[in-house]
Amino acid sequence: MPGKLKVKIVAGRHLPVMDRASDLTDAFVEVKFGNTTFKTDVYPKSLNPQWNSEWFKFEVDDEELQDEPLQITVLDHDTYSANDAIGKVYIDIDPLLYSEAATVISGWFPIYDTIHGIRGEINVVVKVDLFNDLNRFRQSSCGVKFFCTTSIPKCYRAVVIHGFVEELVVNEDPEYQWIDRIRTPRASNEARQRLISLMSGELQRKIGLKVLEMRGNAVVGYLQCFDLEGESGLVVRAIGTACTLDKLSNTSAFLPACNSPSKEMKESPLVHAPSHGCRSTHNSPIHTATGSRLTQNFSVSVPTLIYTGMGSGSAGKEGGPFKTLLRQQTQSALEQREFPFFTLTTFPPGFLLHVGGVVSARSVKLLDRIHNPDEPETRDAWWAEIRQEIKSHAKALGCHAVVGYSESTSICEEVCILSASGTAAVLNPRFLQDGTMEGCLEQRIEEASPPGCGFCHIPYDELNMPFPAHLTYCYNCRKQKVPDVLFTTIDLPVEAIVVGKGCLIQARLCRLKKKAQAEANATSISNLLPFMEYEVHTQLMNKLKLRGMNALFGLRIQITVGENMLMGLASATGVYLAALPTPGGIQIAGKTPNDGTYEQHISHMQKKINDTIAKNKELYEINPPELPEEIIGSPIPEPRQRSRLLRSQSESSDEVTELDLSHGKKDAFVLEIDDTDAMEDVHSLLTDVPPPSGFYSCNTEIMPGINNWTPEIQMFTAVRVSRLSNINPTNQTLNKNFNDLCENLLKSLYFKLRSMVPCCLCHVNFTVALPEDELVQIAVTAVAITYDKNQALQANKAPTEKSQQRASTDNEEQLQFPLELSSDPLSSQPFSPAKEALEGASSHTGIPAAQRATSVDYSSFADRCNSWIELIKLKAQTIRRGSIKTTTSLEKASPLAEGYLRHRSVPSGTNSTVSVVKMTPLSFLPGAKITKYLGIINMFFIRETTSLREEGGVSGFLHAFIAEVFAMVRAHVAALGGNAVVSYIMKQCVFMENPNKNQAQCLINVSGDAVIFVRESELEVLPAPPPAAAAQPAGSAGDVTT
Amino acid sequence: MSSDLDVFVGNTTLIDEEVYRLWLDGHSVAEAVARRLRGGVLEREGTSVAVLQSDTRDHYRTFQMLERLLHAPPRLLQQLLFQIPPERQALLVQRYYAFDEALARELLGKKLSKGTKKELDEVSARTGVGIRSCRRQFDNFKRVFKAVEELRGPLAENIQQLFLLPPALARDYAAIVFFANSRFETGKRRLQFLSFGDFAACAQSMMAHWSQGALAPEAAEPDGDLPKSFLQDLKELKVLVSDKDLLDQHKRDTSGMGVPVLGGPGFGGSLGGGVPALSRALVNVGGKLTHARDVRDFFVDLVEKVIEPCRSDKWSPGDLRLFLTHYTAAPRNLPGFRHQALWERYMAAISACLLRMYHD
Repeated sequence: MPGKLKVKIVAGRHLPVMDRASDLTDAFVEVKFGNTTFKTDVYPKSLNPQWNSEWFKFEVDDEELQDEPLQITVLDHDTYSANDAIGKVYIDIDPLLYSEAATVISGWFPIYDTIHGIRGEINVVVKVDLFNDLNRFRQSSCGVKFFCTTSIPKCYRAVVIHGFVEELVVNEDPEYQWIDRIRTPRASNEARQRLISLMSGELQRKIGLKVLEMRGNAVVGYLQCFDLEGESGLVVRAIGTACTLDKLSNTSAFLPACNSPSKEMKESPLVHAPSHGCRSTHNSPIHTATGSRLTQNFSVSVPTLIYTGMGSGSAGKEGGPFKTLLRQQTQSALEQREFPFFTLTTFPPGFLLHVGGVVSARSVKLLDRIHNPDEPETRDAWWAEIRQEIKSHAKALGCHAVVGYSESTSICEEVCILSASGTAAVLNPRFLQDGTMEGCLEQRIEEASPPGCGFCHIPYDELNMPFPAHLTYCYNCRKQKVPDVLFTTIDLPVEAIVVGKGCLIQARLCRLKKKAQAEANATSISNLLPFMEYEVHTQLMNKLKLRGMNALFGLRIQITVGENMLMGLASATGVYLAALPTPGGIQIAGKTPNDGTYEQHISHMQKKINDTIAKNKELYEINPPELPEEIIGSPIPEPRQRSRLLRSQSESSDEVTELDLSHGKKDAFVLEIDDTDAMEDVHSLLTDVPPPSGFYSCNTEIMPGINNWTPEIQMFTAVRVSRLSNINPTNQTLNKNFNDLCENLLKSLYFKLRSMVPCCLCHVNFTVALPEDELVQIAVTAVAITYDKNQALQANKAPTEKSQQRASTDNEEQLQFPLELSSDPLSSQPFSPAKEALEGASSHTGIPAAQRATSVDYSSFADRCNSWIELIKLKAQTIRRGSIKTTTSLEKASPLAEGYLRHRSVPSGTNSTVSVVKMTPLSFLPGAKITKYLGIINMFFIRETTSLREEGGVSGFLHAFIAEVFAMVRAHVAALGGNAVVSYIMKQCVFMENPNKNQAQCLINVSGDAVIFVRESELEVLPAPPPAAAAQPAGSAGDVTT
Repeated sequence: MSSDLDVFVGNTTLIDEEVYRLWLDGHSVAEAVARRLRGGVLEREGTSVAVLQSDTRDHYRTFQMLERLLHAPPRLLQQLLFQIPPERQALLVQRYYAFDEALARELLGKKLSKGTKKELDEVSARTGVGIRSCRRQFDNFKRVFKAVEELRGPLAENIQQLFLLPPALARDYAAIVFFANSRFETGKRRLQFLSFGDFAACAQSMMAHWSQGALAPEAAEPDGDLPKSFLQDLKELKVLVSDKDLLDQHKRDTSGMGVPVLGGPGFGGSLGGGVPALSRALVNVGGKLTHARDVRDFFVDLVEKVIEPCRSDKWSPGDLRLFLTHYTAAPRNLPGFRHQALWERYMAAISACLLRMYHD
């Protein structure tokens, strides 16, 4: 009996009127965990009931604690008929199960109903007492921390990065059970919400077990997804990277951890984890499918592609022996793993040695009913197959690991496309296990790969290249070979030297397909896939060249399957890496050179392209230093290739055309226009409009080339559903429509956010769905971050300087705080007594000094802006009795969170407003330090309506629902004591409508990490704030509190 | 290719002040887009009409969802659905409750009933305020009225607390509630020269000096009503005009003290008989206030019986001030006059009203 869960129901507010006669509600609450249910008394005739219940105690084992959500149902008591449910709150208590995260969950939660949305709020306090019980055979994995963040979380340091963990669980979808015909859709949706909550708890526990087996203590880059397979069931699957993390600076928990763990790494000796046992057997159970199953399971594996550098080149001679050594090293470390995959996209410096290129694999499967939910063998086998393929692709690129790894599915009826992609890479083994040869190797590595360009150097053997590539000597160090173009799925490494700024590059594509059934359908899809991949790749390459850039980061290719078409959307952030050669232009070649007007047309187009390239270079400030040719070591101009897509059997025969390049630029990329299709393609290249001035956009964490972020952020979700109304659609018209849809959406975002200029849209994440015939749904989640333009101009000097500056922002932060702490405060800051006082106070109360500064800051802000409303709020507070009561209950909530709660109760006590919770898809908040990770937020909601028109149509319905989801995420974070969600992601948004019946339904799944952050400006408030930085936080201080 | 569904939701709710203005003014999405186009946003931002439409629709949806909360501003502060910075919340509330003075002038003293709401079409035509905006403002008046009707304590403060309005706006609402409650007649032609501001100032003076809250903070009656006992007491003042001795004495005192100053042309001449007339008028206005019917005519009486005679005698506002000061102070010397405090309380509001109203 290793745990006691305690729940207290304090009060409710703004409940809906349930009794029309009295315009009041007789509310009571049911608290359910597992199979135990408690009830509060009925609080009669009130919309703001004060239950103030006793502590309901559940004695449960920790397996249950991990799996089960706490269910709180608010009901209206009815003497004569059945009690009406007002709504529910699901609370995931997982954050309470590990010691460093939250110790209490306490706050106002929106009461949610699948039909009516949010109906008032309820104040709940939840605690867990865990009893240690380590010696028994554990089925639970309490204590393993989960992070959505795809980098080492800010206040931790990676001792060992163990590697890939994955798991999936399946169940029948309540929506499709026979009982569905009897029960209401509402009951069915509630059953689904409950089930998915349960399944994700179970999944997390199972992943945690694997991590414990690997002797890790955390999962980073945790990505959990649902596959709504319809009739055949519900799959919840997750992947992540197991790590052993060490909390930094334990003495001063609130002090910022460093941003780059590598520094720490050097200072403190590596803690070697004991060697890991039984990895391969448990990591990924591959069950051999029986023969009969195989026949049922029609599956087509699709040729896969590897994107790497282009062009052909000569073989190099250097680095061979060393590389071999290194490879052997890493190999030994990684070969123990079945899948040397890492879901991380950002790494501690020195971790990533070389990057080979993008590897991806897709497979088309036919879904069938999952016969035995306890043995989800087929689904497991499917993924194992794909991962195997990815692994072999990486090997072919001379890499032993895959980083920035992710998996996704697209389902339409019974067809499912499974996709996986990542970046083949060579890693530094010392992070992966105990580094026996660390000392000598480390030296050699650092020698071999200079910080700014090492990762660009090819990992494969030049003499024995897996594919023809155009290699040159690195433009930075001139020692190693680099490809001419680099595609990756990871974020730009911090140490990378970049010229100019980056930009969002998208390839968009539609392909019609015939409606078909089962095998025929799957076959036609898998036949189309290689062509789509090829075209997406060509588009990306062209657009990259058009912007005068030579590398793509954060590449994500999404192929979506619909009834009668396939859609491809690739997003990436283009940059100019100083280490890679300058990209050549784009050359257009016509097929029929005799025609005069045609020639003219071609030359006109060529001019337009050249102009665009010139314009883009100016826009993105790409002006690499000119290098004398001879230093570079003459790349040999052999016959150039067009697009090289390797390892795709179907491709090899296509597109072999001899091109006459005698008139072109040396490195020009040639587009051949042989028919109208190609013409369209060239046109579409030119339709991409650059963002309006003051805006930049990227889909990576940080915008390459901008480093002076100001703290203002705005996270948003935009969803559009458009009807492709063509009667006889062709690929071209569809492409154009799709392209316009995306471009208009972007334009609309720029317009909406115009008040934030200068700003950058970061982590722009598009997801495409084809909910019905002719309907395309695009959902975008991103964050707009403002930056300081003046500083940007200053920083815009030499590229090296810039990268140093960026690195130094990290370093400064990192150095400044630990130093201040370690030295005697009196001697180090004789001129800032106030800060000492704060620090002194915080040392024994546990209240972060800066948080107190927050409220100070805020009040002054309020004075300036609207003192009167503050005053009124204060007065208003005295009228309302309920909220005062709840504040007190908050205060006595828990000893550990006390500090923070007290802080929070300042605003809530004085003006009873809601505390601000920031949300961002990034792993950090500009201008702020994350001081504590409180746990993972993983929420799933369904909303339905039978009065679509009355709720403002589809837009009104979805608008309200997304706002509700945000509100519920914020409420949960606030209840954990946090003030932000980082690495927020909307993983699923499934919208269905039936306008004839006036009905609609939507499912949304979101996740992220709840954190506490403190403004940097508040950490260093008193001692001489830098002038530029000081002005900004003052304005932003207002959104810290209230 | 048409967009069926198009939404944008920010973690911090975006509020576009211009669109909010257009929404408050009751424009439809199409009208709002047209106006924004005329504003030249297209050229400035280099965007398209479709983008502008989508943006406007988004904002309108947000405002529609917010409107429910704006009806009870403290809920706007507590709600979890929209994350809005406090200064933006203040702006939303303030703009929502701001009103057109022309409209408020039309509705002053009218019963805030369904019937009045039906007449808003004409009011809209007269004032040039859009009909939808008229209805919204009317509903605001009515909502505030209903909310504070039964509450005790100072009206303006109650409104400020319940609706989180800035003090000045809360005072204006208090005036509107006060007028609606007492149903003062303000529509007569001879009152047309008075603006909303004039009436609001009068209402404030009357509440400040006459209502219960002005004397005892824990008053039993709502501030919107004039206290019955006070009105009853006012009858006692009739002694000033009914008692011949007192009247003469009062008159003498007033004009006596005023001689050096009020000796100008036209003053002494016509006021020889004027002071008693004025005096009678001033006292009678108060005496009549016990009857609801006569309460309605309060302002009509003041204009007809005081302001117009003074105006025809070409008094300057300074003259009137001087007269009122002395007239108020004079009974202090009257032997046997026991209602000095009552008199001064009464005259304080009357003087303030008259001075405010005494203009062209």
